[in-house]
Amino acid sequence: MQVSENTENKEFKPLIVAFCCNWCSYAGADLAGTSRLSYPAEVKIIRVPCSCRVNPMFILKAFEKGADGVIMCGCHPGDCHYSTGNYYARRRMTLLFSMLDYLGIDRARTRVEWVSAAEGQKFSLVMNDFAKTVTELGENIKLGDLRCKKQQD
Amino acid sequence: MQKTAGLIKKRVLELLADGTVTKVLGWKEGDFIYDVTPASFLSAQEADGLVYSSFCGANLSKYLISECKALTEGKILALLKPCDTYSFNQLLTEHRIDRDKVYVIGVGCKGMLDIEKIKAMGIKGITKVIDNGKELDIKTIYGSKTCKREDALLEKCLCCKSKNFKAFDEIIDPEPETKEEKADRFAKVSELEAMTAEERYAFWQEQLSKCIRCNACRNVCPACSCMKCVFDNPVSGVSSKANTDSFEEKMFHIIRAFHVAGRCTDCGECSRVCPQNIPLHLLNRKFIKDINELYGEYQAGEEVGSRAPLADFTFDDAEPSVVNERGNS
Ligand code: SF4
Ligand code: SF4
Ligand code: FES
Repeated sequence: MQVSENTENKEFKPLIVAFCCNWCSYAGADLAGTSRLSYPAEVKIIRVPCSCRVNPMFILKAFEKGADGVIMCGCHPGDCHYSTGNYYARRRMTLLFSMLDYLGIDRARTRVEWVSAAEGQKFSLVMNDFAKTVTELGENIKLGDLRCKKQQD
Repeated sequence: MQKTAGLIKKRVLELLADGTVTKVLGWKEGDFIYDVTPASFLSAQEADGLVYSSFCGANLSKYLISECKALTEGKILALLKPCDTYSFNQLLTEHRIDRDKVYVIGVGCKGMLDIEKIKAMGIKGITKVIDNGKELDIKTIYGSKTCKREDALLEKCLCCKSKNFKAFDEIIDPEPETKEEKADRFAKVSELEAMTAEERYAFWQEQLSKCIRCNACRNVCPACSCMKCVFDNPVSGVSSKANTDSFEEKMFHIIRAFHVAGRCTDCGECSRVCPQNIPLHLLNRKFIKDINELYGEYQAGEEVGSRAPLADFTFDDAEPSVVNERGNS
């Protein structure tokens, strides 16, 4: 059984998952908070030790669970706490996001941003902008349904 | 073809007789002449069943993983077509096989045939195929039929990588490099890229929904060589099956393609074995195309020891935003 909300007359609020590395971006998010800079409540932050920890499966899982947009944030290239983690992550995410786009997940629903611990302002700007983009795109298709037959109607 | 087959058999018998090799990996015929499967042969007597025909599309390199482990003495002889030697090198690069335990005979290849394509032409009851390199003279129980060879080629052979062997101990009957313009292997990928996201989703839903999760594409793939696989579920009691409805199950195709990204030699085996004719090569080739465009041309298996693009980086790699910047949809 499914309980469905009355979604009429309700403005669309996207669900956004943000993977933030512990050393820079998560600290940047913290700084945004302590500086009282706002970012949308729809953004759910998941803290990871390093951007390189983001297994592509995490992104797929987020989409499977109904995310409308997924963003990954890490230290600026060259500043990774583990020296080179974000360089590997950069290639991985580029290829994965390109593949998701190829499968039909609009490329604007995925993003990578480098946010340092001092960039609370940037964090808030990025999140607001991303939330705006995803809101405009509306509800996402279900990635998990790629293997289900089309509904006959 | 017949001549090549004869030469191969002669050489195989010699190597078995003088003890250079103790086991031979080749192909044997099943109930029908086009029903050719990989097989191993331990003696001259067994090697009588060895065939080399236009239906030897199967890439034997992956079998070397288990064969190398099981080998106690001598060497294993592997018959490899030029494209198979890329997979062989990739397996060497990943330390999955032991070069010293294998004796590679490179066998010339004109491109292998796809029986499905022949059957789709309405040709049934096939008893014999005479292949002169240009045309096929097909004998059936209803009479003879002919068709152009190129119309019956396997998908992977339409864009043959090379007629050169990337690894071998000796070569039998090599083919000259084809002069004609090869088909562009990325044509269909580009076509899909030009569609809108909705159209692409519809295309893939149509294709991937046909999947019966038989795991054939994974099992055949020389790049899929992990001992433990995320798609296996040991508690299910049925080996090689993931939980139905599990995350891995739903995302099977994306995960599979990503796991081999940068290591896939584009050998085309996955698409060849898929009983549902899902164009899996279009997923692999998307990754290959992106890698070539963003990080420089890379062919897995071209050289032993080359670094896979996803296990590598440069300081000035493209930012992921290139994905948003290119294309037109
Ligand atoms: S993914 Fe397909 S084309 Fe690539 S190496 Fe594996 S079987 Fe060959
Ligand atoms: S071979 Fe084809 S049907 Fe079988 S699991 Fe792979 S994609 Fe699915
Ligand atoms: S620790 Fe921040 S990206 Fe590696």
